[in-house]
Amino acid sequence: MNLSLLEICYLIASVTFVIGLKMMGNPKTARKGNLIGAAGMTTAILGTILLHEGEVPGIIYGLIALAILIGTIAGWVTARKVAMTKMPELVSLFNGMGGACAALISLIEYPHLSHDTAALIPVLAGLIIGSVSFSGSMIAFLKLNGTMNKAIRIPSYNIINTILMIITLGLGAMMVINGDLNTTAFMYLLLALSLLYGVLFVVPIGGADMPVVISLLNSFTGLAAAFGGFLYGNKAMLTGGILVGSAGTLLTVIMCKAMNRPLSNVIFGAFGGGSAGVGASAEGGTVKDIQVADLAVLMNYSKKVIIVPGYGLAVAQAQHVIHEIELILESRGVEVKYAIHPVAGRMPGHMNVLLAESSVDYGKLAEMEEVNPEFASTDVVLVVGANDVVNPAAKTDPSSPIFGMPILEVENATHIIVNKRSMSAGYAGIDNQLFYNPKTSMLFGDAKSVLTALANELKSL
Amino acid sequence: MENILAFIQENIDMIYFIILSIFVGVEVIGHVPTVLHTPLMSGANAIHGVVIVGAIYVMLNLASDDYVSLALGFLAVLLGTLNVVGGFVVTDRMLEMFKKKK
Repeated sequence: MNLSLLEICYLIASVTFVIGLKMMGNPKTARKGNLIGAAGMTTAILGTILLHEGEVPGIIYGLIALAILIGTIAGWVTARKVAMTKMPELVSLFNGMGGACAALISLIEYPHLSHDTAALIPVLAGLIIGSVSFSGSMIAFLKLNGTMNKAIRIPSYNIINTILMIITLGLGAMMVINGDLNTTAFMYLLLALSLLYGVLFVVPIGGADMPVVISLLNSFTGLAAAFGGFLYGNKAMLTGGILVGSAGTLLTVIMCKAMNRPLSNVIFGAFGGGSAGVGASAEGGTVKDIQVADLAVLMNYSKKVIIVPGYGLAVAQAQHVIHEIELILESRGVEVKYAIHPVAGRMPGHMNVLLAESSVDYGKLAEMEEVNPEFASTDVVLVVGANDVVNPAAKTDPSSPIFGMPILEVENATHIIVNKRSMSAGYAGIDNQLFYNPKTSMLFGDAKSVLTALANELKSL
Repeated sequence: MENILAFIQENIDMIYFIILSIFVGVEVIGHVPTVLHTPLMSGANAIHGVVIVGAIYVMLNLASDDYVSLALGFLAVLLGTLNVVGGFVVTDRMLEMFKKKK
């Protein structure tokens, strides 16, 4: 009786996961979709605890309740308190927790199930994937956090990583095939190798590519959860895990496509490498700058202004000020739009979330394809803290590492204003010819203070 | 080799189930506007927290004197809960901002 009820709980959970994810694909239903998924998850968790058949010592129930209590409070508080700009590293952190959970399950189950080949495969697979996802996510977290902000490349890391991967997978396979290797000692060796691989996998990848990596690790954790489901014949874990596994992989591919780089390129790194910056930075030219007061006048008497926000805007916490400027300009009859490049910020859609936080209407956020033809009829483009996504080298310079990446064609506008802190190169580490364009004026300074000054100037006009 | 063939034979229903689920995952995500990529990734992140169900199941089947396993299991449930609760709450917080203001 209880067991069939439990199966029904898992069925409900599986269906809510699919419906929830589907609803999250539309801004109108997204929030409800998330709540539906959460409701299904709660059903599955409560069902697992309450409908369990067989004698379980009270102490174990106590431990489970305590773990859930601590986890709920810690998770809730962290998720509520953290600043919106820190969202990517938080997702990475929670992803790592899930991976660790999957790896721990395998660690516990291994001694009980090591004699059973059919169970051994999912146990070892869960261990490897969960561990890689955990250590990889932790490195991604540290990188986004700024604790580890340089891409560390040991010589021929590609070869080392590939060899390590082969050894790890080989050891896993040998443990399944050869009974002599099937011991706890080898299991710990496998754990250590997997953790090491996760670290070495993420360490050489630059910060700009972290979103892709997190998305990929996200699907890894999904896969690890699915192996757990396979082990226990648990359908909720299977559907949840596989859904995330395939959806995460697809999302990763979409993100790579937005940057016009194959996934292998991100992982095996042709970016930011030795040859990259050299070709472009040899050229140069003169750079004009503009004063805040002049810019205020220019914008005030424009018909149409497009704002191109980048991560610099988020770092400076300037999203509220930019919204203020937008409102002032609109009250003067200027048409204002935001042009959002698919990879603006540190995650696709990250910029949208940040702007939504400062209550910018999402109808004003225009995606790249729809906004590109509009630049020609735009008086002023204000680029705030974005660089590579507006770099014309992506279209004109075949030797550039970002060649072929779709960009926002801001150079078609009448006036281009670029706010940057200094002339340093963007995340891709390459020079930007846009800054030397005769139509471009540079507005140097921290985004928040410069934009606040601009807002004040505008108000006084 | 025989082991592997037997494994496939025994689990053929599961294998069908997995392959079909992969297609569902791809279909569900297709045609999502860029605006929603970050919340979607975060939501998917919360959903793979379902791995906690496995952690609870493991705990329920442990002996009460198997201290090492209990400690590991406790940690697993704790981390799994962090993944689930943190994941859903963060996603909700992101999506809260997409409320239409009219």
